[in-house]
Amino acid sequence: MEVTGQSADSTTTGAAAGSPPAARPVRLGPSPRLALWFLLPALILLGAMVIYPIVYSIFRSLFDTTGTTFVGVDNYVAIFTDSGMLTTIRNNLIWVAVAPALVTVVGLIFAVLTERIRWATAFKLVVFMPMAVSLMASGVIFRFVYEQDPDRGVANAVLTSVRDVFASGGGFPGARPRENERTPVVLSQGAVVTRQPVSPGQTVLLPLVGLRPDALPASAAAKTPGQGTPGIHGTVWLDFTPGGGGAADAVDAGEKGLPGVTVEALRNGTVAATTTTAADGTFSFPGLTGEHVVRLPQDNFAAPFNGLAWLGPALITPAIIGAFIWVWAGFAMVLIAAGLAAIPRDALEAARIDGATEWQVFRRITIPLLSPVLLVVFVTMIINTLKVFDLVFVIAPGSVQPQANVVALEMWRVSFGGAGDHGLGSALAIFLLVLVLPFMILNIRRFRRDQS
Amino acid sequence: MKTPTIERPAGDRSGAIRRGPLARVVDRLGSGLLQVVLILIGLFWLVPTLGLFAVSLRDQTANTSSGWWTLLTEPGQIVLDNYADLLATGFTASFWNTILITVPSTVLVIGIAAMAAYAFAWMEFRGRDALFLVVVGLLVVPIQIALIPIAGLYGTLGIFGSIPAVVLFHVAFGLPFAIFLLRNFFAGIPRELLEAARMDGAGEWKIFRTVVFPLAKPAVASLGIFQFLWVWNDLLVALVFANTENQPMTKALQSQMRQFESNVDILAPGAFLSLIIPLVLFFAFQRYFVQGMMAGSVK
Repeated sequence: MEVTGQSADSTTTGAAAGSPPAARPVRLGPSPRLALWFLLPALILLGAMVIYPIVYSIFRSLFDTTGTTFVGVDNYVAIFTDSGMLTTIRNNLIWVAVAPALVTVVGLIFAVLTERIRWATAFKLVVFMPMAVSLMASGVIFRFVYEQDPDRGVANAVLTSVRDVFASGGGFPGARPRENERTPVVLSQGAVVTRQPVSPGQTVLLPLVGLRPDALPASAAAKTPGQGTPGIHGTVWLDFTPGGGGAADAVDAGEKGLPGVTVEALRNGTVAATTTTAADGTFSFPGLTGEHVVRLPQDNFAAPFNGLAWLGPALITPAIIGAFIWVWAGFAMVLIAAGLAAIPRDALEAARIDGATEWQVFRRITIPLLSPVLLVVFVTMIINTLKVFDLVFVIAPGSVQPQANVVALEMWRVSFGGAGDHGLGSALAIFLLVLVLPFMILNIRRFRRDQS
Repeated sequence: MKTPTIERPAGDRSGAIRRGPLARVVDRLGSGLLQVVLILIGLFWLVPTLGLFAVSLRDQTANTSSGWWTLLTEPGQIVLDNYADLLATGFTASFWNTILITVPSTVLVIGIAAMAAYAFAWMEFRGRDALFLVVVGLLVVPIQIALIPIAGLYGTLGIFGSIPAVVLFHVAFGLPFAIFLLRNFFAGIPRELLEAARMDGAGEWKIFRTVVFPLAKPAVASLGIFQFLWVWNDLLVALVFANTENQPMTKALQSQMRQFESNVDILAPGAFLSLIIPLVLFFAFQRYFVQGMMAGSVK
C-alpha cells in the first residue's frame, strides 16, 4: 500500500499534503514514436473536439446569424449594448461577487465547527451529498422549496411560522372600531386607541367590529375582566352578537374575545407596558398606577405575512445562489477540513500556551496556514459560477428567466433555444472563455511552480 | 501518510491542553449549543431532498392542497401511483439512455486517458512538458465553446442526435481532467518497478497493462466515479446533442419543467429516480470521490 500512500500524496492539494511534489519521472526506454501511439486517441479527440472548436468559434463569432456575412465585432458589441444582455452580464457579476465568497466562508465555518464533533462524519456526508445529485434534480428540489404558497413551499412555510412566533397577534386584518361618537375607541394612525385615558381600577372596553365571528376560535367567549385587583384590566372583543340582540360597547353573551392581541399602555405618548390578550380577549396590567391610554398597535391588524416571492424577478438570483451554496458547500467543507487536519497541532498549541485566545489562534495562525486551500476553493467556485447554467435554467420559471439570465444560459438560448443565432452564440462562448482565461493561466503557472 | 476522506483523520485530538473544571463546563455547554446548531444546519441540507421524496409519494390533489410535511402526521397519504404512472410512460427509455450514455463515456475516458497519462508520465518525446501544460490549460475550458462547432461537425458526420454523439462529446471533455489525474498518479509509481519490467524485456504496452494500470486502481476508481457522476448528471450536452428518442433522464425531466405546476406528479418521482443511483454510488465510493476531487483542484 506504499504506492497508494505516495501517489495519493502527490495528488492532494499542496497545503493538505504539505509534502514535496512527486519526483519528475526519469526519461528512459521506449522510442518517441511509440509514445505517439499511446497519445494518439486522446490527441485526436482533444484536437477535434476542444481545440478546433475554440478556433472555429473565434472565426464564427465574426459572422452573422446565417454565417454568410462578415460582421466584424458586431456580435461582441451586441453583448455589451443590448439591454437584456446587460442584465445578463450584471447577473454574472452578482454571481461572481457573492457566490464564491459565500461558499468558501460557509465551507470554512462548517469545517471548523465539525472539527470537535463526534458525529462529524455523518454531518459531512449530509452536507456533501448534493455533490452527487444532478443540478437538474437540485433545481427541481429547489423549485419545490421556493414555492410561493406557504402551504406548499417549505422556505415560506418556515419563514411564516418563524414570523408568527416572534410577531405575536397579527391575525386580525380588517378589525376596526365602530364609526360613531359613543364607542370608547378610535382609529389613530392604523392603531386602535382609547378615546380617554384610563385609570387603575377602571375596566377598559375595546370593542371592535369588521371580523366574521367564525374567523375566531370557538373557545374565545368574551369575558369582562375581574375587578377589584389593582392595575388596569380590560377586554378586546368582537362586539357583535351572532343572531342579533346585545348592546353596543358592552360584552354580551355569545360575543367572542380576540386572543393574542398585543396591547400597549401609553403614558405621555411613550409605551409604559405591553401585554397580550388571553383566549377570552382579556388583558391586565397589574402593576400600573396613574392614567394611561391603552393602544392596540397596527401590527395586530396587518394582513398575514405570506412569505417571500423567491421565484419573482427581484429575488430570483439570490434564491438560485442559495441553491448553489446548498450544492457546493460540501465541496468547500471537505477540502478545507483536509487542510485543517494537515495544520501542525504544535503551532496551535504553542500559540495557546503563549496566551492567545481561540479567536486569535484562528485569525492569526489557522487562516494564514489555510490560505492555499481557501484560494483553491475560491478559484474553483469562481470558475463554476462563471459556467453556471443548469440551476438558473431549471429554477427560474420561464417568465422570470430574462431577470435571472446568465452568460452560459444566454449562450444556449441564443444558439439552440429558438433563435438559432450561431454568430452571437459563438461570441458569447468566446466571451465565456475569455472570462475563465485568467484561471487557466493561474492553473498553468501553479502547476509549473509545483513541478520545478 | 493519510489519504483524505470525509472521515476525520484519527488522532487529531491528541495533545489537547488541560483545562480547569470551569472551562470544561463552559466547553460542554458550548459543545451542546454547537451540536444543536449543527443539527439545524444538517436539517437544512437534508430537508429539501426529503421534501422531493415526500412530494413524489403524494398524489396531485394532495400536493396542490397541502404541504408535503403533512405526510409526517398523515402517513395515509403515501401512494406509489406517481411512480407507477411514470414507469408506464416513456421514462424507462430515458433511464436506459442515461445508462447507455454514461457507461461507455466512463470506460472510454478511463482507457484513453490512461494511455495518454502513461505516455506523459513514463515515456520520452519532444514537447512532452509543453503538451502536458496544454492539457492543464484545457481543464477549465467551458463546454459552451464546443457546442456550435461540434453540432456542425456531427451534422456533417450524420450522427447528430445519436447516443454515440453524446458519448463522444463527454469523452473529449472528460479527457483533460482524466489525463491530469492519472498522469500525476502514474508519476508517483516507483521507478524501480518499471525499470525492472523493462529489464525483463517487457514491451511498453505490456508494462502499461500489467504493471501500471493495476497499481493505479485507486486513481482509476476516483476518476471513474467522477466521470460517471459528471455524465449521469449532465443536462447541457444532452440538451444540445441528444434527440428525443435518445434523451437521458435529465433532458426528459427538463422537457416537463415548462408546466411545472401541473407536472409535479412526473417531475418529483422522475427527479428522485434520477438521483438514486448517483447517491448509492456516492455513498459506496465516497472515499474515492473525495480523492478525485482533491486531485482535481489544481494545486
